[in-house]
Amino acid sequence: MSVSPPQQKIWWNEPVPKSELIWVIIAFIWGLIMFFAMVWWHIYGEQNLSNESYRITAEDFSAKTEAMVEKYKVREESGYPVVHPPPGEDIYLIARLWQWWPILELEKGQSYRLHLSSLDWMHGFSLQPVNINVQVHPDYEMVLTITPDSAGEFGIICNEYCGIGHHLMLGRMYVVDERGN
Amino acid sequence: MLEQYRICQTTGLRVFQSTENLIKANAVVAVIFLAIGGLFGLSIALTRWKAVHLLPADWFYLALTAHGLDVLVVWIVFFEIAVLYFASSVILGCRIATPRWAWAAFALMLIGALVTNVAVLMGNSSVMFTSYVPLKADPSFYVGIILFAVGTLIACFVFFGTLVIAKQEKTYEGSVPLVTFGATVAAIIAVFTLASGAIILIPTLLWSMGYISHIDTLMYRTVWWGFGHSSQQINVAAHISIWYLISAVVLGAKPLSEKVSRFAFLLYVLFLQLASAHHLLVDPGISSTWKVFNTSYAIYLAVLGSMIHGLTVPGQIEAAQRKKGYNNGMFEWLRKAPWGNPAFSGMFISLILFGFLGGISGVVMGVEQINLIIHNTIYVPGHFHATVVAGTTLAFMAVTYLLVPLIFRRALILPGWAKAQPYLFGLGVAGISVFMMGAGTLGVPRRHWDISQADAILPYDFPGAANLMMGLNGMSAILAALGGFMFIVVVVGSILFGKKIDASTEVPIAPPEDARVVGEYGNEDHPAIPGTIALVGVFFVSFILYYFVNWKYLAEVWPLR
Repeated sequence: MSVSPPQQKIWWNEPVPKSELIWVIIAFIWGLIMFFAMVWWHIYGEQNLSNESYRITAEDFSAKTEAMVEKYKVREESGYPVVHPPPGEDIYLIARLWQWWPILELEKGQSYRLHLSSLDWMHGFSLQPVNINVQVHPDYEMVLTITPDSAGEFGIICNEYCGIGHHLMLGRMYVVDERGN
Repeated sequence: MLEQYRICQTTGLRVFQSTENLIKANAVVAVIFLAIGGLFGLSIALTRWKAVHLLPADWFYLALTAHGLDVLVVWIVFFEIAVLYFASSVILGCRIATPRWAWAAFALMLIGALVTNVAVLMGNSSVMFTSYVPLKADPSFYVGIILFAVGTLIACFVFFGTLVIAKQEKTYEGSVPLVTFGATVAAIIAVFTLASGAIILIPTLLWSMGYISHIDTLMYRTVWWGFGHSSQQINVAAHISIWYLISAVVLGAKPLSEKVSRFAFLLYVLFLQLASAHHLLVDPGISSTWKVFNTSYAIYLAVLGSMIHGLTVPGQIEAAQRKKGYNNGMFEWLRKAPWGNPAFSGMFISLILFGFLGGISGVVMGVEQINLIIHNTIYVPGHFHATVVAGTTLAFMAVTYLLVPLIFRRALILPGWAKAQPYLFGLGVAGISVFMMGAGTLGVPRRHWDISQADAILPYDFPGAANLMMGLNGMSAILAALGGFMFIVVVVGSILFGKKIDASTEVPIAPPEDARVVGEYGNEDHPAIPGTIALVGVFFVSFILYYFVNWKYLAEVWPLR
């Protein structure tokens, strides 16, 4: 029994029953498949995080974002600037207590280098209903190239607890079919 | 010094007085915190049920912090210490090492738990179980956790000391029993875990007191999860040991192969701790190479361990049942299993839910890229309620039904309640897990007071199905809470008012001939286990399907580079 010492003192020389041996081999091979699936997806898959990130101060990130807003602002909504940068541009999104700033307006099918950082605590970038979720740290600037393939209005939820206003921390992103629409 | 012991009439185990008292104390405190933490949990689920929305925001975040600490840490770790003492002193028939140190450990853990609870209830430490910097809690919050951890570490060394004494005093022959082996694995992982906790929480304490100016958030998350995730791996090792323990005591089951089961436990020691990477898959500043290697526990070697136990635990039950004559067809052994015995039914439900819900979802969400569509959604608590509540907590409840007669020497009161309890609790927890995972795939965030965000400047509407899922989650939580309430009534009631068991009234749990049901293995008495192979086949097919379905989901989101 499992509550008494092994019946065979030299238990490590006992033969392994075939059913167990086969299962161990199958499970091991399945592990190899799952491991190489991740590697394979890095080469052939379309959804991978870049390994590009930098250390940055809150002031520097804030300045970069404000420069972008100044250059490409097209209108204002509920007190938030709406920014429509040209395709291929570097775009910036600030996470801070308790907002995502500014509102980005992108074009469908175009790629952008999205820079994410927090000015204060940790936040969670959660783009809905697409359901892309990324951790946002202060002092780290993460860069990912996104290519929106659906148009419409998207919500950005904070999904890392960041204090009492956490559930009010919402942002927005627009994806339009062609410039201006 | 000679110590008093008694021989248990039921099992023939030698139970020392000091061990018995220590097990009692640790188990009782554990159950009290299960009740407190469970109530917090119910209040959280009812808050997230839109139609009820029970708590105001500040109380919600407070309750969420307390819930995580009280059930995930205090209940589980106190109970694990009781299990460690049982697996060493009782199973090996040996006196416990340094009982005074064991009591000091108990006192430190209890004081730590109380200090942290007070800090949380004061309202200025609603930083969640993870206490990510730069969220700052009251210094006493960290002090409490550190005291608790030091106590646990001492208890682990009492366990190791007891193993040494048993070996020196030759209270057993050959190798330690499998259950003790599994408990040793749990204790080794615990030492690693507690070291990680100390490395990160001591500086955080100093930071909260103003002696350190800055703590890097990425470093915090990396080291903290060496504590936070590894502590859950202690649970895995502990509750799998309990699966083996219950099948041995209730059915007289014997491991199909000592070598294979021990090898699977050994894989845990070597690889389980890499899982802290599961929390860092979408963080900046960490390379994909590191993520892929660690998240897969070095090519899924710890998953291999769990998949092995997934065959050997039901397999040994099938073998034991077939030796008893339940040999017709594929599944007579399972149909005729003691489903009315809450120790057995609890153990088997724990096994099924842990494997199918917790295990599969855990591997899938731990795939580096798939984590993008799951990270920090409520899918994550859905997963770990399947592992930690359906798996660990239900297994601990099941073994409690054995400990009450064995250690407290009381008969169970309300046997009808005891019989129904694992089913009700299992059903509730399965609902909680499935509905939270469902809501998570729709993007519902975890740790969030109000997804309807009525007051937000830029509101976002979740699909109606998300609210439906959260409502069903609330209803499941009520069922689970009812199951938890029945457990506490039966256990506390039995300890206080149950009929005293003495030598003359003891009823053997397993008929004596069961001890040798499954003969030595490798001979003709060793039955085949077709039923288990069929079950494992169903599991494996579900695993593969769910795995690839999630790659498909991932392929549908916006391209990212």
